[in-house]
Amino acid sequence: METLTNIQWVMACFTDDIPDNGGGCVKIGSEQIAIFNFSRRGEWYATQNLCPHKQQMVLSRGMIGSAGEDCEPKVACPFHKKTFSLLSGECLSGDEYQIKTYPVKVLEGKVYVGIE
Amino acid sequence: MSKLTVIVVGNGMVGYKFCEKLVSKSANFNIIVFGEEPRRAYDRVHLSEYFSGKSAEDLSMSTESWYADNGITLYLNDAVQEINPGEQTVHSLHGKTYHYDYLVLATGSSAFVPDIPGIENEGVFVYRTIEDLELIKAYAANCKVGAVMGGGLLGLEAAKAVIDLGIPEAHVIEFAPRLMPRQIDSMGSAMLQSKLKELGLNIHLNKSTQCITGDHKITGLKFNDESVLPVDMLVISAGIRPRDELAKLAGLHVGTRGGIMVNEKMQTSDERIFAIGECALYDGMIYGLVAPGYEMADVVASYLVEGDKSFKGFDMSTKLKLIGVDVASFGDAFITDPDCRTIIFEDTHKGVYKRINISTDGKYLLGGILIGDADAYNMLLQTVNNKLVLPPNPEDLLLGARGGAEADSGAGVMGLPEDALICSCEAVTKGAICDAVNNQDITTIDGMKKCTKAGTGCGGCVPMVKDLITGTMKANGLYVKNVICEHFEYSRQELLDLIRINKIKNYDEVLDHYGRGDGCEVCKPVVASILSGLWNDLIVKQDVIQDSNDRFLANIQKGGTYSVVPRIPGGEITPDKLIVIGQVAKKYNLYTKITGGQRIDLFGAHMGDLPQIWEELIDAGFESGHAYGKSLRTVKSCVGSTWCRFGLHDSVSFAIEIEERYKGIRSPHKLKGGVSGCIRECAEAQAKDFGIIATEKGWNLYICGNGGSKPQHAQLLAADIDSETCIKYLDRFLMFYIKTADPLTRTATWLNKMEGGMSYLKNVIMNDSLGINEQLEEEIQGLIDTYHCEWKEVVESPELRKRFNHFVNAPAEKDPQAVFVPMRDQVKAKEW
Ligand code: SRM
Ligand SMILES: Cc1cc2nc3c(=O)[nH]c(=O)nc-3n(C[C@H](O)[C@H](O)[C@H](O)COP(=O)(O)OP(=O)(O)OC[C@H]3O[C@@H](n4cnc5c(N)ncnc54)[C@H](O)[C@@H]3O)c2cc1C
Ligand code: SF4
Ligand code: FES
Repeated sequence: METLTNIQWVMACFTDDIPDNGGGCVKIGSEQIAIFNFSRRGEWYATQNLCPHKQQMVLSRGMIGSAGEDCEPKVACPFHKKTFSLLSGECLSGDEYQIKTYPVKVLEGKVYVGIE
Repeated sequence: MSKLTVIVVGNGMVGYKFCEKLVSKSANFNIIVFGEEPRRAYDRVHLSEYFSGKSAEDLSMSTESWYADNGITLYLNDAVQEINPGEQTVHSLHGKTYHYDYLVLATGSSAFVPDIPGIENEGVFVYRTIEDLELIKAYAANCKVGAVMGGGLLGLEAAKAVIDLGIPEAHVIEFAPRLMPRQIDSMGSAMLQSKLKELGLNIHLNKSTQCITGDHKITGLKFNDESVLPVDMLVISAGIRPRDELAKLAGLHVGTRGGIMVNEKMQTSDERIFAIGECALYDGMIYGLVAPGYEMADVVASYLVEGDKSFKGFDMSTKLKLIGVDVASFGDAFITDPDCRTIIFEDTHKGVYKRINISTDGKYLLGGILIGDADAYNMLLQTVNNKLVLPPNPEDLLLGARGGAEADSGAGVMGLPEDALICSCEAVTKGAICDAVNNQDITTIDGMKKCTKAGTGCGGCVPMVKDLITGTMKANGLYVKNVICEHFEYSRQELLDLIRINKIKNYDEVLDHYGRGDGCEVCKPVVASILSGLWNDLIVKQDVIQDSNDRFLANIQKGGTYSVVPRIPGGEITPDKLIVIGQVAKKYNLYTKITGGQRIDLFGAHMGDLPQIWEELIDAGFESGHAYGKSLRTVKSCVGSTWCRFGLHDSVSFAIEIEERYKGIRSPHKLKGGVSGCIRECAEAQAKDFGIIATEKGWNLYICGNGGSKPQHAQLLAADIDSETCIKYLDRFLMFYIKTADPLTRTATWLNKMEGGMSYLKNVIMNDSLGINEQLEEEIQGLIDTYHCEWKEVVESPELRKRFNHFVNAPAEKDPQAVFVPMRDQVKAKEW
């Protein structure tokens, strides 16, 4: 079990700011966070917006989808198509990268991101 | 039982590979590694990529935790200084002393530096380690003229680095009368030399250096013929010296010209001590390549676990891309008449030289050299190594089977014997690859890499591995299907038919009916392309399934900004429109460039500015140029009969008509066209997917040409036809392509894979052999009639404009990470 005691829920945007089955970028403090509306599965995810491969602020513009038998949700960077798990942040295309993921809550048309 | 201790001296490519092989074979060893360099073993073969932006970490052979994860103790920055074979101990610079059961020397080699007066001057470098490259980079910043001493394989690579570092004048000095004297002959060298000259490299052969001039700093080179070459910097690449000093000190046998002597088990004169890689001297020979080193590592690892592998020498065939020029030499490259017969093919226009040596009875291939085009290398090498019997016309090996349909490249590979070595870096045989397909159901390259490691080294064998996978599957009676990805068990063409017949209009529906899972970055753009190819619906309506560039209707660039390319049909533009482009570029601080496609590209637009920029362009009468789409790019024109004294017809008007006709239509890959006013062909129409050339009687129509990385000339479809017929044929051709090609396949590749080739395609388009022409014409007319400029739709819709904000919660702010730096009165993206 994760302990969520130190998590602070920050309102990031409205649900309709993020396209169905796509992503958008929000600014929280000085941080850029990518939010994904995986409407096909009724799920929301949030990760860092920075792609670790070439340090580009673009993951929110990537395509989402799933990988493998257990349908691991993932995002593909629009630059060189490195893919990352939306659950664990692990790079799924064979490199040693790791991105940060954040918990997301949706309440009354608003999207909240959990920041530690 | 307590573990035996194996000490490895040297943490280079081969030392690392030895550790990898040993831990994969047994856990019974306690491994200790000493490395003199400050970092973990890295890929020296790709060292030069350090200059093109790879970091030391990118080049590293392992992850940081790899040694610890495998229970290996690694001491970096600590060279072994002394071996005591009697007590079986080693002693390091930093004072560590360890006892070993087995000792493996993998000390590599160092650059050979000739003893010439002035060699110690500042500005003289060698090219071997990351530290060397750092020094060179720092020094090069102020240099105008750079030279490399040595025109061998490494010297030419260093010369490329000199050019890449931006040094305006680069020279190569070679003592021998030809370049790469160990690999290629003088005709090959001459061809290579002329190619390198075109790239701005000055080559001096037959030059021996008397001294290096300059007080502290190098100022030039003086040669034995008394001539002088002023230079600011010199990289020495005059050969390698095996690092045998430690072995010598310990009393092990070394060769008179260097190298630690080993037997076929890689044992030195002390049976507990082994030497592998570039420091080892086997049968009088030092192997200066990585593949034989890996083989040696495997021999020792196998010996330690009581296997019985032996080193039996190694094939020194090589294939490389030197400064963009293919160079390969294989087998016995230099053997001459009367011991063989030699076939030579030379094309000075394209810069291609090929030589093969065949046995006097014409049965076997003995060796050869390829310059400028080395596509045939893998197959030729296999033909030599496996003593395959040659076809009746061995010249076909150089020229390809001429006339008739394209030869099936897969068939050749399947004819190889089971023990043919396919991946020499990892020593994987054809048998092992076929076995992985047959018994472990491996059907992809990625799977094969994981399973057998084939293709993970230099990557040169990947095309053959692919052919073997498909070949084996076919041989098993498996229907080899180009499925799109894990989510769709269909080829693009099958899926297109399903979508068309069932009139499906959106991605989710396609996935629900014919796919599984949630889709991915491969199938989404394929379906997007099919949907637009069939219904031509506005692509922004389904923006999240579009590929990177189509998603925001612009090409994404370094830093995350975009480019803007308005359509300029046929390359014709009014002064007023030119002024508008200039004004827009100025207002939004965009870098402007004339493209290779006769139009103007504006680079560096913030995503949030795109709608406003397009609004201004559209107001001035521009439309999207679809530079981001897999769709028609440009129809290049030459000026034609309106002005040109040779022009037969008005090529500009025809180019504009055709560009307007097909603009915006989505296809499996991008499409380019050209119209030339006469056979002088200034529009390069024969290098396009479709090309039209004016004749006295009408037009000649060529199809399926390609520029790009694998250029191919277009082929004549019909001669002397009128404009109307030309358009009719084009309609059919394009629609047939849109419906049947695999994803991301240009027309040239599509034709190459088509059974029956050009004669089949001709029959379809001109004789209606499939009886589908009426339908094709109707379908393409449908696409032409539903054309819309998608940028216009965005500009007019507040909802769509919103999608272009970088921050959804701070629409007015731009991405602070998109940074520009000045260049020649404009800006460019900051380097990543
Ligand atoms: C801008 C331009 C270079 C220039 O400064 O001149 C260019 C720029 C790009 N080319 Fe090109 N190509 C440009 C003319 C060409 C040409 C020359 C021509 O069209 O006459 C060719 C060779 C001809 C051909 O295609 O047959 C060409 C062959 C390629 C290829 C290789 C295609 C192939 O089949 O091998 C790619 C890669 C691809 O498409 O997969 C590519 C891809 C690209 C991309 C889109 C790469 C990318 O995805 O970011 C570049 C986008 C730049 C940008 O941000 O706008 N570009 N590219 C030219 C734009 C022409 C235009 O007005 O639309
Ligand atoms: C620029 C360049 C391009 C190349 N391109 C190709 C190519 O295209 N194809 C190809 O096959 N080969 C190529 N090579 C050659 C290839 O890199 C070598 O064959 C390979 O690196 C040899 O591996 P090795 O482990 O024997 O030696 P190295 O990689 O040199 O490793 C030896 C290591 O041992 C260390 N060492 C030495 N003495 C001691 C000591 N006493 N104690 C501790 N450590 C010690 C050294 O510092 C070094 O780190 C290229 C080489 C260079 C420099
Ligand atoms: S050749 Fe084309 S794709 Fe390559 S760098 Fe130039 S513009 Fe980009
Ligand atoms: S920058 Fe993301 S994959 Fe390269």
